[in-house]
Amino acid sequence: MTYARITKDGLWDNNVVFAQMLALCPTLAVTGSATNGLGMGLATTAVLVASNVLISALRQFISAEVRIPVYVVFIATLVTLVDMILNAWAHDLYKVLGLFIALIVVNCAILGRAESFASKNAMLPSAVDGFMMGLGFTFALTLIGGIREALGSGTLFAQAHLMLGSSFAFLETTLIPHYKGYLLMILPPGGFLVVGFLLAGKRVLDRHLAARAAVVEAVPVTA
Amino acid sequence: MNLDNLRDKLGYQGALLAAAALITTAALAVASRATGPAIAAAEARDLQQSLSQVLPGKFDNDLLKDTVVLPGPDGEVTVYRARRADQVEAVVFQVVGHGYAGRIVCMMGVDKDGHILGVRVLKHAETPGLGDKIEPAKSDWIHAFTGKYLGDPVAEKFAVKKDGGVFDQFAGATITPRGVVKAVKGGLAFFAKEKSRLLDTPMIAGKPAPTEKQP
Repeated sequence: MTYARITKDGLWDNNVVFAQMLALCPTLAVTGSATNGLGMGLATTAVLVASNVLISALRQFISAEVRIPVYVVFIATLVTLVDMILNAWAHDLYKVLGLFIALIVVNCAILGRAESFASKNAMLPSAVDGFMMGLGFTFALTLIGGIREALGSGTLFAQAHLMLGSSFAFLETTLIPHYKGYLLMILPPGGFLVVGFLLAGKRVLDRHLAARAAVVEAVPVTA
Repeated sequence: MNLDNLRDKLGYQGALLAAAALITTAALAVASRATGPAIAAAEARDLQQSLSQVLPGKFDNDLLKDTVVLPGPDGEVTVYRARRADQVEAVVFQVVGHGYAGRIVCMMGVDKDGHILGVRVLKHAETPGLGDKIEPAKSDWIHAFTGKYLGDPVAEKFAVKKDGGVFDQFAGATITPRGVVKAVKGGLAFFAKEKSRLLDTPMIAGKPAPTEKQP
């Protein structure tokens, strides 16, 4: 498997949310705003890379019969470590994300990558896979969060400075001044709606791209 | 010994699970030791911040060290006391309201005459866009308490407008402000009841006197 393939899989073809449809629980829960989506995505990426590397390094020793409990214990430990470290040294970020960090434990995408990739591949490809899957997840969460936030409260990346530091305050934009807000988008149903439309959109786009590729193949280029 | 053969043995699998548990527990223990002081410091900073928000004015003691624990409406209440020249000028304590989605934890500051200096919501799970107007970042509502005391408004008027009181409710959300108002009213009643004990405990050589606890 080439790195290009791993990258494309992680970001688009096999995207955690849009293709594998894993991790929908944290996805729906945190994407009330683009900032929350981004933060959750980045935290998940860190855990995903670490767990993929760890499990790939130990894959010789882990016997197939007890692999699931071993993976679960490792992932839970990594998440708890991230939780403690953020709480201690990035306390403002922790106050924003704290609720969601524990949710990473039940993110089946991480167990999924451990099982289907890291347990069969060397450390470097596993790290790349974790990173790309994480980026794909971050992309999906930020996109969903951005759409919900724009429609729901008329802003984008509100309070980004709390999470990323004051140098990122420029991200905070008000799209629609004096917007009264469209509550449905911020509430859980908004998450379902946006995820549904995005899934449908990706299917249409993929089909369109496949059809065009087929046409290009069928007509030999004459020069 | 070949690892491939070994992996299928029952003993190996037990040992593997034990080793995994041991390593992860050790890692967590180390991390907990390493992060503990920083987490405690960060939480103390948070507390200090929320205290100063409901305590305008200058005080010359360390609030976090000058506390009394008294039985309150929802179990024991830790009261932080602000002093100037060893006289208690104001106290700060937590009250808990019951909103639409569970507990609403508020911090309120009360001066020695029983006037509210400020109220802030520390923790809540109310509906975003409806109930979260109790946060000062979302609306000015919470400032309506400042300066109020038991008597202005009188007890039966200390409620949201829908219940015949003086405090606004929000369109589409009455339960949330009702919970906060009730909690604040309870806090004032608690202050009135415990006033002598809250204000009169003297400082002994920079340390608070031993706190009395009721059985």
